[in-house]
Amino acid sequence: MQYMCLIYQPVDAPEMAPAEYQKLFEEYGAYTQAARESGKLVAGEPLQPISDATTVRVRNGKRTVTDGPFAETKEWLSGFYLFDCDTLDEVLDWAAKIPAARDGSIEVRPLMVIPGMRDGHPVAQ
Amino acid sequence: MLSRALGDSHLAEDAVQEAYVIALERWPRDGVPSNALAWIVTTARNRALDVLRRRSRGDEKMALLARLESTQTQDEPDFDDVSVADDQLGLIFACTHPALGLEARIALTLRAVAGLTTEEIAHAFLVPLPTMSQRLVRAKQKIRANGISFAVPDAAHLRERLEAVCTTLYVMFNEGYAATTGDTRVRHDLCNESVRLARLLAELLPDQPEVHGLLALMLLTDARRNARVDENGDTLTLEEQDRKKWDRWLIAAGLAHLGRAAEFNDDGPYQIQAAIAAVHSRAKSFAKTNWRAILTLYDRLLELEPSPVVALNRAAARAMLHGFDIALAEVDAIASAQELDRYAVLHSTRAEMLRRIGKMPEAAQEYRRAIGLTENLAERRFLERRLESVLH
Repeated sequence: MQYMCLIYQPVDAPEMAPAEYQKLFEEYGAYTQAARESGKLVAGEPLQPISDATTVRVRNGKRTVTDGPFAETKEWLSGFYLFDCDTLDEVLDWAAKIPAARDGSIEVRPLMVIPGMRDGHPVAQ
Repeated sequence: MLSRALGDSHLAEDAVQEAYVIALERWPRDGVPSNALAWIVTTARNRALDVLRRRSRGDEKMALLARLESTQTQDEPDFDDVSVADDQLGLIFACTHPALGLEARIALTLRAVAGLTTEEIAHAFLVPLPTMSQRLVRAKQKIRANGISFAVPDAAHLRERLEAVCTTLYVMFNEGYAATTGDTRVRHDLCNESVRLARLLAELLPDQPEVHGLLALMLLTDARRNARVDENGDTLTLEEQDRKKWDRWLIAAGLAHLGRAAEFNDDGPYQIQAAIAAVHSRAKSFAKTNWRAILTLYDRLLELEPSPVVALNRAAARAMLHGFDIALAEVDAIASAQELDRYAVLHSTRAEMLRRIGKMPEAAQEYRRAIGLTENLAERRFLERRLESVLH
């Protein structure tokens, strides 16, 4: 079963010193390496901050593009990992080890399985 | 076997369970008897007889008693095999997974583990049947969609998962115990079910001290059930309760489980709360309560679970030891954090302390605040009576 781990971090987190940032970067590197070696990791990427976000919506056929995220939030989505695990408990163990779990939170969501579809394409039943 | 003889499966179950507790206490000391099963059956039968003798008043109970006295004791009790026990335990862990909301956990546990019908659960929680059905459907859907496992958690996860199980059962118990609205008989069933489930858990996980602590806490609290309200259904404080109405048998069972928990030398919040209840159970009267022991236990509980609610209970215990004025200063300090501003017990505790030191107008004001924050009808009536008393 595939689970998306959405990484949320507080907007008002204090600025990090370069050494601190370097340490965190290495921590993520080691984590991702371990996750990949376990064979359970499907994908995982960090996202640019919300100051670089653009929102688009279409209403009555008219497209509106605006700066920033859709809603004011206290937490921002800063990245994700996609795992393939057997149980929720197994993926929760991986999620708890994401460094951001210590100051932010990780939302774990199973991917919806649509019968007859895989990777967005129809498959033979 | 015993339940067939008794025609009362709850009593039989309780009796057998107590027999095991007694066995656990005695066998390590006195050695395992040559015919262990017969010993259990005889002990359980004697326990049940004790209870029936004490409780029996009507003809019906006498008939039960007669039936039990003629019981053959050489029947073999049927033991569940290990796989069935593991299945049951796995089911409990799945139903109480912390990924599920507390309401869903309680409903699901009652449905899947205790075997109550959806109607019964809806009735117990005073919600319409479709609401409860929907709650169960969503909970099951979440288990399915998330691949929540039905296996017993491994050692690394046991503590965290067990905490979720204990919380579920304790909240279920309190739902039943604190019930004053609706059909109280049904609500008491909730109490009985949670005790039964805690017993089952203690049986399936005999080496978990907090499980014994939880069961002890439930039994020691439940022992006061018949004393906690007067004939009008009004709440009575620990001080006002007729201690003769406390169920000595439940107290003994609670103390046995607390003793069992203590053997592991690994305390936890449920064990400490049970120990506090045990100190009350042992006191001949409210005045003779060992408040120093209670205060020490609250100190430990505060270490384990630093929360303003625990601090408030500790202050109430301190009042009995050091006086109401000193305790009031402590309550004021807790109140100044404003975290508990909408917590009725904060205001009723302050009101009680103000009343005791003779500050009636301030006490009245606090009783009014508490009344405004209390939904429970019996609690409200209690506070209104107190308010009356300080106004005159």
